[in-house]
Amino acid sequence: MSSTVLQMQSARRERMRGYKDSIAKYAIGVGGLAVIGAVLLMMFFFFIQVAPLFSSATMDKVASYDRPGASKTLLLAVDEYKDTALRITEDANVVFFKAKTGELVESIKLPVPEGVSVTAYHVLDDADGQVALGLSNGQLLLAEYGFAVNYLDGVRQIKPHFSYPLGEEPLVMDAQGRALAQVSGRASGETMVLVGAAKNVPVVEFRAFELKKAMFSDEVSLEQTSASQLQLAFVPEWVKVDGMNDWLYAIDSTGDMQVFSIRDVEAPKDYARINTLPAEGKEKRKLTSVSFLLGGISLLLGEESGKLTQWFPTRDANNQYTFQAIRGFDEQSAAITDMAVEQRRKGFVLADASGHVGVYHATAHRVVGLDQVSPTAITNIAMTPRADGFLAEDQQGKMHLWNLENEHPEVSFEVLWQKVWYEGYEKPDYIWQSSSSASDFEPKYSLAPLAFGTLKAAFYAMLFAVPIAIMAAMFAGFFMAPKMRQAVKPTIELLEALPTVILGFLAGLWLAPYLEKHMPSFFLVLLIMPLMVFLFGYLWSRAPEMIRNRVPDGWQAALLIPVILFAVLLAHWLDDPVEQLLFAGDMPMWLTNVAGIDYDQRNALVVGIAMGLAIIPIIFSIAEDAIYNVPRHQVNGSLALGATPWQTMVGVVLPTASPALFSATMIGLGRAVGETMIVLMATGNTAVMDIDIFNGLRTLSANIAVEMPESEVGSTHYRVLFLAALVLFMFTFFFNTIAETVRQRMLKRYGAL
Amino acid sequence: MLRTWMREGNHWVWFNAMAVAISLLAVMGLVSFIVFKGMGHFWPKDIHAYTVQDGQGGTVQLIGELHRRSDRVEGNIKEGVTQVPQLLVKVGNRDIFGADFKWVDEQAITQDVTPKDLIMVERYEWGNFYGRLRSVTLGDGMTVTGNQAWDAFQQLIARHTELHKQIVRIQKHDIGAVNAGVEQLRLDRRRLELDNKLTEQANAKLDEKRRQLDNEYQTLLAQMRQLEQTASALGKAQIEIMTGDVVSLPIDKIIESIMPNAMTMTEKLGHYFHRIWLFLSDEPREANTEGGIFPAIFGTVTMVFIMTVLVMPFGVIAAVYLREYAKDGWITRAVRISVNNLAGVPSIVYGVFGLGFFVYVLGHNIDQLFYQEALPAPTFGTPGLLWAALTLALLTLPVVIVSTEEGLARVPRTMREGSLALGATKIETLWNTVLPIASPAIMTGLILAIARAAGEVAPLMLVGVVKLAPSLPVDAIAPYIHLDRKIMHLGFHIHDVGFQSPNVEAAQPLVYATAFLLVLIIIALNITAITIRNRLRERFKSVDN
Repeated sequence: MSSTVLQMQSARRERMRGYKDSIAKYAIGVGGLAVIGAVLLMMFFFFIQVAPLFSSATMDKVASYDRPGASKTLLLAVDEYKDTALRITEDANVVFFKAKTGELVESIKLPVPEGVSVTAYHVLDDADGQVALGLSNGQLLLAEYGFAVNYLDGVRQIKPHFSYPLGEEPLVMDAQGRALAQVSGRASGETMVLVGAAKNVPVVEFRAFELKKAMFSDEVSLEQTSASQLQLAFVPEWVKVDGMNDWLYAIDSTGDMQVFSIRDVEAPKDYARINTLPAEGKEKRKLTSVSFLLGGISLLLGEESGKLTQWFPTRDANNQYTFQAIRGFDEQSAAITDMAVEQRRKGFVLADASGHVGVYHATAHRVVGLDQVSPTAITNIAMTPRADGFLAEDQQGKMHLWNLENEHPEVSFEVLWQKVWYEGYEKPDYIWQSSSSASDFEPKYSLAPLAFGTLKAAFYAMLFAVPIAIMAAMFAGFFMAPKMRQAVKPTIELLEALPTVILGFLAGLWLAPYLEKHMPSFFLVLLIMPLMVFLFGYLWSRAPEMIRNRVPDGWQAALLIPVILFAVLLAHWLDDPVEQLLFAGDMPMWLTNVAGIDYDQRNALVVGIAMGLAIIPIIFSIAEDAIYNVPRHQVNGSLALGATPWQTMVGVVLPTASPALFSATMIGLGRAVGETMIVLMATGNTAVMDIDIFNGLRTLSANIAVEMPESEVGSTHYRVLFLAALVLFMFTFFFNTIAETVRQRMLKRYGAL
Repeated sequence: MLRTWMREGNHWVWFNAMAVAISLLAVMGLVSFIVFKGMGHFWPKDIHAYTVQDGQGGTVQLIGELHRRSDRVEGNIKEGVTQVPQLLVKVGNRDIFGADFKWVDEQAITQDVTPKDLIMVERYEWGNFYGRLRSVTLGDGMTVTGNQAWDAFQQLIARHTELHKQIVRIQKHDIGAVNAGVEQLRLDRRRLELDNKLTEQANAKLDEKRRQLDNEYQTLLAQMRQLEQTASALGKAQIEIMTGDVVSLPIDKIIESIMPNAMTMTEKLGHYFHRIWLFLSDEPREANTEGGIFPAIFGTVTMVFIMTVLVMPFGVIAAVYLREYAKDGWITRAVRISVNNLAGVPSIVYGVFGLGFFVYVLGHNIDQLFYQEALPAPTFGTPGLLWAALTLALLTLPVVIVSTEEGLARVPRTMREGSLALGATKIETLWNTVLPIASPAIMTGLILAIARAAGEVAPLMLVGVVKLAPSLPVDAIAPYIHLDRKIMHLGFHIHDVGFQSPNVEAAQPLVYATAFLLVLIIIALNITAITIRNRLRERFKSVDN
C-alpha cells in the first residue's frame, strides 16, 4: 500500500520534473528569442523611421465637376481643409464654392464700374489672402479673401469672406486708363510697393506707399510716398516684385529679363539685363509661366517645352549681384501653363498643356510625383495652404480636386551628400542648418559637414591614440616584467571605465583654455619628450652595472615616469620664452593674424587629445592581449637564432599579432566615431568643413544630442536625425564587423593563441 | 657605440616604454587632478583683504577668497605681447556688486592680509557674502555688538535652520501630498467623464473630497506662513562689506556663516566634512550652481537599479538560450556577431531609438490606453525614468549577454554530462550546476553594465534626464515609485552645470566635486566587479582547472 503511494508520488514528481523542464525550455526559448527580436527590431525601427524620407508623393483624385459661375478664371484658391474654394473671374466676380462638389456658396460682384473687367492679378501675401487686382480701366484694386473656421457642436464650419481693408476705392496705376496687363507688389514692414504695366507698352508704373495705422482702431490706410515710371526695352509679359522689396523683374516670353533694383523705392535703378533662354541648337524656346517660390527670392521660369528653371540673385565678393540659373527640371513634356507654390516649403506644382501635374521640390531638386489630372490642357492650378492637395481647372471648364500626400519632399541624396546651391548663397555648398525662426526658411539638411566633422574628430583622436596605445601594448605585452604588467594593465583599463562626460568636461573647461594659453608647450612636449627618452635610454645602457642591476629588465616604463614628468615641466617652463621668440608672445593670436589660420578655443586638437585618451585603453587592451598571446616557441626560436628582443618584436611578434592590432584599431575607430559627450563639450559644435586642427567641428552624434529633443516627431528634421543615427549605426557596425571577422580569422589561424 | 645600440632597436624599446609611461601618467594624472580639484572645493579657504591701487593714485580694498591665478595678455601682435599675472578673487555679494568675481593685477596689490574677523556667509540666494560682522539686531529690536555679536549670530542661524527644516517639510512633504491628491481627483473626474459615468452622486463625492483637501491645504498653508513669519522676525545682521558700507542681512536668508581665518585646523576639518555631507545630502540651489546634488545621486541610483532589474534576467536568459538551447548553426553565429557588434554601437544611437520607439511609440500608446484622463498632457509619452532605464538596459544588454555566454562556455562538458547522467533534467542541470559555476562571469557582466550605465550621459539626454527635476522619482505618495517622472543624473549634471549654467566660473568647483563622486562610484563598482570575480573564481577553482 505504502509502496504504491510512494510510487505514485514519485511518478507524479517525475512528471512534474518533466513539465518543469519543458516549461523552462519554452520560457527560455521565448525569452531568448524575444531579446534577440528586440535587437533586430531596433535595426528595423531605424529603417522604418527613415524610409518615408525617400518615398514619392501619392496623388489621388478626389472629385471632378463643372466649374461654378461663368467667365474666365484668373485667381484660384482653396482653404486649409479643402472645403471651400474661390475663383476671381475676368468679369469681376468673386465666386466661392465647395471644393469637393462645386456647389456654389456665394458670388460677390467686385466694386468696379459696369463694364470694367479684371485683367491682371497678383497675390501679395498667401497667408493673409491679400490680392492686387488690375482692372481694364488702368486701376488697381486691393482686396483680401479668407476662410474663417468655426466649430459648431464639434462640426467644422468654413465661412469665406472677401473684404477691402485698405478701402474699396481703386488706385490709379495707368493715368491714360489703359487696361493693366500685369500687376505685382509686396508689403514688407511699413512699406508697400505696387507696380502695374499696361497692355502693349514697355513701361512699368511703380508706386511706393507707407502703411499708416490709425491711432485707435485696426484700420490701415495707404499713403503714397513715391511714384515713377520704369522704361523697358521690351513689352513685358510678366512683372514681378520679389519678397524683400529688393528687385523688380520684367520678363517677356522670349526670355528677356530686365531687373531693377528697388531697394531705394524713391529711385528704382535699372540693374541688369539677362537672356534667360539661351538658344539650344535650332530649337526656339519660349516662356509660358513665371512665378516666385516661397519667400519670393527664387523665380521659377516655365517653358513651352515643359522645362522649368529656377533663378535667384547671388552676391559676389564685391557686393555685386548676378542673376543665375540654379537648377532645372525637365520632367514634363508639354508647355507649362500654370504653377502653384507651397506656402510652407520650397515645393511647387506645375500644370501643363497635356493635362499633367507634376509635384516638385526646388532645394532637393526632386520630382516627387507626376500624374495626368485632366484629359485637356490645364489653365489654372491652386495649392492648399498645407500642400496636401491641389485644385486644377482645365480648358473645358472642368475643375479637378486632388489629394496630395507629400510629407518629406525636402530630402534627396543630393541634399544629404552633395553640394547644394541655397538661396542667398554665393555658390553651391555643404550646409547643415536645420531650423530657423523664419517661416519661409529653406532648411539645409546636408549630412556631409557632420559626417566630415565626425571623421575629423575620429582622425585626430586616432592620430593621438593609435601610436601610444599600440606602442604601449607592445611594451606591456612583450617587454614588460610580469609583476609590473599585473599592475599596469588594470590601471590603464581603468581609463576605459571613466565616464566620457568627465573627459569632455575636463577637455572643454580645463584643457581648451590651457592650450589656448600655453599652445607651444604642447608641441614642445612632442619634441622634447622623445629626445629625452632617447637620451635617457642610451645613457642608461652606458651606466655602470651597479646601477643598472638595481632595476630588473622590463621596468623601463617605471624609470621613464620621472623623465617624462621632467620633460613636461621643461616644456611648460620653455613655453613662455618660445612663445615670445617665435609667435610674438601669443600663439593663437599669431596664428590668426600672421599665419592666417582661424583659431577656435575648442578645436580638433582638444578633441583629439580627449577622445584619444578615451580610446587608448580600448585599443591597448585588445592589442596587448594579442601580443601577449603570441606563442612562446616562436619568440624563443627567434631569440635563439640571435635576434635582439626588438628584432624579434618586429620580425616575429608583430606579423603574428598584426590582424589583432588592425582589429583593435577598427574597434577604437568605431568608438571614436560614435562618441558623443566629449565632442559635444570639447568642440564649438560649428558645422564647418575644414580639416585644420585649430578649427572646431560638429559631429553626427553631437548634432543628434543637441537637436533631437527639440525636433517635432515625424517631421523631416526628426527623420533626418534618425538617418544620421542610422548612418552612425551602420558605420560602427561596419567597422566592428570587419574587426570581428579579422579576429575570428586570426583565431582560426593561430588556434593555439 | 650609439650606432650598435640603435641597430639593436633599443631606442624603440624605450619609446615603447615611453608610451606605457604616458598612458599610466595620463590615468593617474586625470584621477588625481579630479580628486584634488573635487575635494579641495570643500576646504574652508582663508578670506583675504587686499589693498589694491586703483590706477588713479588711490587704493581700494578687496575682500574675498583667492579663486585662481592666470595671465592677462597685453599689447598686440605687431608690437609684442606681454603676459600680466592676475588674481581672480571671489568677492561674493552678487546682489551688491553684480558679479561674484573680480580680476586684479598682481602688481597692483600693495597689501595682502587675512584678518581674523572676516566672515563668510552662505546664503539661500545670491551666493556667498563676505565682510565683517558689526552687530546683530534681535527680533525684539535689541542690538548686540562686540564679542557677543558673533555668538548671537550663530544662535540665530541655528534657530532659523530648525525653522527652515520644518517649513521645507510642510512645503515638500505635506503640501506635496495634498497637491498630488488634488491632481488625482482631477484625473478621477476626467476618467469618469470619459467613461460617461460622471453622475451627480460621483460628482458630489469628488467635490466633497476636494473640499477636504482644500481645507487641509489651508491649514498647512497657515502653519507654513506662521513659521515663515517667525523666521523672518528672527532678526538681522549688520555686516560691513569691502566698500565700507554696512549691509543689513536678514537671518532667514542665511544658511550658515564661518570665520575661516580664525578657525583652527580641527575646526576647519570638521567644517570640511560638514560641507561634504551637505553636498551629498542637500538639494541644488541657484540653477544648480550651489547647494548639493542629492537628487542627482538619487536619480542615478534609482535609474541604474531599475535598469539592473530589467537587464539581468533578460541578458541571462538570452545568453542561456544562445549557449544551451539554440542549435549551433549559422543563425546563432550571426546573432552572436550581431550582439557582439551591438556592444560597439554608439550610445547616442540607443538614445535615438529610446526616444523614437519607447517614448513616442510605446509611451504614446500606453497613454492612449491607460492614461487617457491625463491627456493631452503625456504621462508615459514623454521622456522619463522608465524609458531611461529601459534604454540603458538595451544598451548594456550586450555586455551582460557576452560575459554570461563566456561564463557558460567555460563550464566543462563533463560537469553537465555528470549531472545529466545522474538523472537530472536539463533545467535542473542548468539551475543547480551550470549557472552557479558561471555566476562569477554573470556578476562581472552585471557590474560592468552598471558601471557603464552610471557613466553614460548621451542617450539619457534624449530619454528622461533633466537639469532640474521638481521631485524625486521615489517618495511617500502612491504608487511610491514614479516611473513616469523625469530624473536628475550625475553625469548630466556635470554637463549641464559645466556648460549650460549662467555662472560657470562659480559652478566649476561643484562640477569637479560631482565628477569626483562619479569617478569614485565607477571605480568602486569596477573594483567590486574584479573582487567578486576573483573571489567566486577562487570558490570554483577546482572546476576552473
